[in-house]
Amino acid sequence: MSTHTLAVLAENKPGVLSHIAGLFSRRAFNISSLAVGPTQDERVSRFTIVVDGASTPVDQVCKQLEKLVRVLKVVELSDGAAVERELALIKVRVDPAVRGQLLEVAGVFGASVVDMSPTTLVLEAVSSPAKLDALLAMLDSYGTCELVRTGRIALARGAGVITDDGPALTAVPEPADTAA
Amino acid sequence: MQELTGAQALVRSLEQQGVEVVFGLPGGTILPTYDPLLSSSLRHVLVRHEQGAGHAAEGYAWATGRPGVCMATSGPGATNLVTALSDAYMDSVPMVAITGQVGTSLIGSDAFQEADITGITLPITKHSELVTDVARIPAAIAEAFHVATTGRPGPVLIDVPKDVQQATGPWSWPPVMDLPGYQVPGPPSLTAISAAAALLVRARRPVLYVGGGVIKSDAHADLLRLAELCQAPVTTTLMARGAFPDAHPLALGMPGMHGTYPAVAALQEADLVVALGARFDDRVTGRLADFAPRATIVHADIDPAEVGKNRAADVAIIGDLRLTMAALADAVAAALPDGPDGRQPLAGTADWLAVLDSWKRQFPLRYTQDSDGPLKPQYVTERLSALTGGEAIIVAGVGQHQMHAAQHYSFTRPRSWINSGGAGTMGFAVPAAMGAQVGRPGELVVAIDGDGCFQMTAQELATCAIEKIPIKVLIFNNGFLGMVRQWQELFYDERYSSVELGTAIPDYVKLAEAYGCVGLRCERPDEVDTVLDKALARTDVPVVVDFRTHDREGVFPMVPAGRANDEIVLGPEFSADEQRAATRREMEI
Repeated sequence: MSTHTLAVLAENKPGVLSHIAGLFSRRAFNISSLAVGPTQDERVSRFTIVVDGASTPVDQVCKQLEKLVRVLKVVELSDGAAVERELALIKVRVDPAVRGQLLEVAGVFGASVVDMSPTTLVLEAVSSPAKLDALLAMLDSYGTCELVRTGRIALARGAGVITDDGPALTAVPEPADTAA
Repeated sequence: MQELTGAQALVRSLEQQGVEVVFGLPGGTILPTYDPLLSSSLRHVLVRHEQGAGHAAEGYAWATGRPGVCMATSGPGATNLVTALSDAYMDSVPMVAITGQVGTSLIGSDAFQEADITGITLPITKHSELVTDVARIPAAIAEAFHVATTGRPGPVLIDVPKDVQQATGPWSWPPVMDLPGYQVPGPPSLTAISAAAALLVRARRPVLYVGGGVIKSDAHADLLRLAELCQAPVTTTLMARGAFPDAHPLALGMPGMHGTYPAVAALQEADLVVALGARFDDRVTGRLADFAPRATIVHADIDPAEVGKNRAADVAIIGDLRLTMAALADAVAAALPDGPDGRQPLAGTADWLAVLDSWKRQFPLRYTQDSDGPLKPQYVTERLSALTGGEAIIVAGVGQHQMHAAQHYSFTRPRSWINSGGAGTMGFAVPAAMGAQVGRPGELVVAIDGDGCFQMTAQELATCAIEKIPIKVLIFNNGFLGMVRQWQELFYDERYSSVELGTAIPDYVKLAEAYGCVGLRCERPDEVDTVLDKALARTDVPVVVDFRTHDREGVFPMVPAGRANDEIVLGPEFSADEQRAATRREMEI
């Protein structure tokens, strides 16, 4: 699947989420994942939207998103040039006999144990989507009984930043400018 | 600073925006606003159904180029506007709808006449806002008009809870608009303009594919100049009828499913298609993969999302069409070689135009009006066109009558053709004609309507009669949902399922009279001119004419839905040999 990750800055106002979600359903675009939260500027929310390029015309998605009055900016984060993370909480059924093995697997993937009962444990994993998928595949053989996973969030690597004005990526201001 | 109630601020904001008329119908939650409306400079036209208010606002906007305004109460009042908002969204009509909403403390409680109208209309408005702070009212209204009228126009809905209308807040004008995410494209790129001009100068078989954007940006004069300069033929879509005079030698008429043969075939054979404010709609392209297969595409539009949406563009020009076309004409003029007289540029399209002329002669719009037989809608339209010199403002509903009107009325100027293009809203004509007549009071406004359409919104005749809005309504009464019948005839083995309305009920003459209008009937071809003269002469009251038209007349040519435009069917007026000649074109240019 060729996924495309979009960073969307929007005004932090009521109804913006339904505008964006509504656009996807109205235009029959497929969302693979969506995550939204505030930014350092309280007037601005940032959406990270992952779309499947095979079933959805990504260029159209960007143009249609840009037409929404409350959307400030849409930037496609190119593959490999962005840090992408998802968080998952996984409850695994675990026989005391294999608990050691399981903890070893968790360790390899950098997942931590955040809860434990005589028959289950809850792992918390934060990683790239691919690595997370690999962890989940491993855990399947032990018995995943509950899984909750966030949408992807992503940030461009390097010194460029996405702001709500100007071109797609702008250089980070010099410290002196920040002070001013 | 002056303090006003939200209702007063709302009405005063409309005045400040230059609004002269509001179409609406009051109810519980919009009552506070109707009070200051009474003592304002605004004319309020009291409709009989809110859908009528919405379409009237659209008709007003189509006819004048200024935003139409409609107003309704919460709940069903607001939901009755939905069809008109959807229609305005599809056809990019600038319109501002103002709705009352239940008090803020009641929102979400399933209160009486509560409906989440901003939620309901989210996919069919360019923008909307539920105003929860009285101080926001002037800015919300100013933003609504700005968004509705700039860039690609469209409908904006402003929903105001009753308590916000009643609260008091500071008034100042102009307000500061807060639209950080709204951008209107700037002037077109000169690089793109010169690329397009170079293609136009080189093209052997160019076609200017003109859409509604040309009318919306008032670019018709630039279109005429560009077409004449390039000697390029022009096809005007259903949204663009009137953007180019139909009597002009370069005019091909309408493209698409019921387009003229020359227009449809010219696009198929073109080596260059210049789309101007058009959106490659499925009704124009037929099966998309087979549309204009040999053409390089130049696509000029103010909405970047339209470019490349359906058909990839070789040259994209984003920006206001008037600027685009003026710049394009200048660039073409500069690039063309000088003609024999040293001044007149000479375009190399003579052979192409000769082919198109031969197509116009061979494959015209054809119908037969028997002298004693039932009326043909085409004949009535052509007589209307002749008697009005193509100068009337024609408003149509949706269906066969709409297509016959678009095909057979010879348009001479922009903003003289008003219809429901994208949404295909039956019942559009009567209220839209009402709005158009209010916007252009001195002019002749004629609704051409079907009997099915007419019955959906006929109640606005009462509004027209009482408000002295003297529209003319010509009903092409064939007793059927004619277009649906035509599809059942062609694609469902003549199995006619639920399409017969009957011609006699209602009695349209009596119905007109009951509504305070003049009612006339016409059944014979030799009466058409007399009846039309009589109808057009009345400028004091609305007139309804019941034209009893042929119940089996179809609309042709026709490209069946989902088929390629090359499979165009000329219809029963053409022989098998003619159809064969039309389908097997040979081009040597």
